[in-house]
Amino acid sequence: MERQVYLDNNATTMVAPEVLEAMLPFYKEMYGNASSMHYFGGRVAKNMENARNQIARLLGAEHDFEITLTGTATESDNLAIRGITSYYKDKKHVITSATEHPAVLNVCAQLEKEGYRVTYVPVKSDGVVDIDFLKNAVDDETALVSIMHANNETGVINPVEEIGAFLKERGIPFHIDGVQAAGKIPVDVSKLNCDLYSISAHKFHGPKGVGALYVRKGTRMRPLIFGGHQEKGRRPGTENVPGVVGMGKAAEMAMEHLKDMPKVAALRDKLQNGILTNIKTSTLNGSPDKRTPNTLNVSFEFIEGESILLYLDRKGIFVSTGSACSSGSLEPSHVLRAMNLPFSKIHGSVRFSLSRYTTEDEIDYTLRELPDVIDTLLRISPFWDNEKKVGKIPQ
Amino acid sequence: MWEYTDKVKELYTNPINVGKIDDADGVGHVGSVVCGDALTLYIKVDNGIIADAKFETFGCGSAIASSSALTEMIKGKTIEEAEKITNKDIVEFLGGLPDQKIHCSVMGSEALTNAIADYRGEKPPVEDEPHGEIICHCMNITDDEIRKAVHEKGVMNIDDMMELTGAGTVCGTCIPKIEDIIEEEKGRCATKSCSCSDEPMTNLQKMKKVEEVINNVIRPGLKRDGGDIELVDINGDEVMVRLRGACSSCMTAQMTLDNFVLEELRNNVSKSITIKRV
Repeated sequence: MERQVYLDNNATTMVAPEVLEAMLPFYKEMYGNASSMHYFGGRVAKNMENARNQIARLLGAEHDFEITLTGTATESDNLAIRGITSYYKDKKHVITSATEHPAVLNVCAQLEKEGYRVTYVPVKSDGVVDIDFLKNAVDDETALVSIMHANNETGVINPVEEIGAFLKERGIPFHIDGVQAAGKIPVDVSKLNCDLYSISAHKFHGPKGVGALYVRKGTRMRPLIFGGHQEKGRRPGTENVPGVVGMGKAAEMAMEHLKDMPKVAALRDKLQNGILTNIKTSTLNGSPDKRTPNTLNVSFEFIEGESILLYLDRKGIFVSTGSACSSGSLEPSHVLRAMNLPFSKIHGSVRFSLSRYTTEDEIDYTLRELPDVIDTLLRISPFWDNEKKVGKIPQ
Repeated sequence: MWEYTDKVKELYTNPINVGKIDDADGVGHVGSVVCGDALTLYIKVDNGIIADAKFETFGCGSAIASSSALTEMIKGKTIEEAEKITNKDIVEFLGGLPDQKIHCSVMGSEALTNAIADYRGEKPPVEDEPHGEIICHCMNITDDEIRKAVHEKGVMNIDDMMELTGAGTVCGTCIPKIEDIIEEEKGRCATKSCSCSDEPMTNLQKMKKVEEVINNVIRPGLKRDGGDIELVDINGDEVMVRLRGACSSCMTAQMTLDNFVLEELRNNVSKSITIKRV
């Protein structure tokens, strides 16, 4: 394959060369166990604690010990939700939103099987959580509220600060799934008034297989797994030291590069405007302004997303889709469904997600290649009249 | 990312026989925008032989490839020969499809069935849009079809369900889901009169059913009033029970037996049940 344009950075990102560099010694000579009492382990522990500090700063945490290192953000989400609910045993109600990541939704579904009441707060047509609905859903039984900061499919940002202030007044624990926000927009857990915040290293140019959960000092929760004293027993198991060091470096770099995000947003906007202007069957999904700077979700009506993805793939352009066909579960995007989009738009939805490494040249190439792909697929479609150049969905 | 064979890739990248046939002799349509894939197949028949075939597809790569493959396979065949083509033949032609994409080939064979029916002036046998939620994605089988099989065909276990409907026979991921649905429907049989409860039962089946109804329906009902019931024995249609707790000394014990216990057992197990208090 000649050219590779990677526009799927919400799925995962390139490991920054500096991050890889920082990790390598811990695969080689610095292989000590951070728990060992000797110097050989001690210097590893020191580097790990430095990384913890870098991660704490990315989130605006007051104390380094508020960062619990985990294996993935899915694990962080599980630890947050199950950890809190298993402490507050007599409270059997959890609130979350309809557009959460499966790492939150499926934990809640499991809680329902175990007898919990779960409220799924709907979103408005722009994808933003209905905050009034959320406020009304809170009651004396509510153990936890878990809302995502930014959505992975649309990039839509929720009013988590307002939710945090509301919940703080009522003393209800608040978890934010911040996987798609950290490193893209400023995050400050003190302003957000959240008790827990989940992140993943590989979404901001760190390595895969390492995540973190911010747990505000004094938050009461129980561990999910049991073992040694690592992470103060909250998440036992020998630490993934190279991964943690890489995550720390990636966090530090993400902080520095937040200032570059307007440039990423400008490229995203160029892509967006180019598509919406040149492709008549395209529409934008999600709020245009309450959105992470790197994400663009567009629907191409009358054609199906996986075929768009495959055609772009052959041109070396890598994106993702909310169509049923491309998901492992063969279910169309629950996020776009929650936004009340018609199925014709959901199946034809494509997500383009950029990073600070995306170049203008790559965006121009994508804009050049895309119209032809859409046109070819429209010609195949039974819902498109090629002579009249109009589409029709039978009711 | 799905693993597609070269043949599939070739056919979705450069599909052949794309388009409409304006004076087609048979048109078959399956799927819908809601499902995420739809296919319209056009055939031109000359002296009983399919002279031309074209398609239009809204769907993923393998849907496009399956449709295109189908048109290639049926051209030059007689209607009778074409009729014998199954989704397995399409999969074979393509050199295989990922398990979860088998349904794309099913869509192809269904469109063919409908196109042939249309040619013969019959009603399309395959519905445009299957009702209910798709449970078996490989074979494109919905929960409605599974529920129907329980009530109308008396299918009570997963093996029979697989044999009858084909659901769960490809990748098998949906088997626990199908089992859940069967259980759910069985439970429904136990709470309202249903044709499946009138199926002839063996003695063992009847005993199990009586036990189930007593434990799941009758005892919880009696316990609410501080009573309880014990199943002593079953002899043919005669069910012997002992009332316990508040019921045993209750003035209305016989009424409870006649109105509640007997009625539930007759509705849920068999109309010929009688009760003996011991």
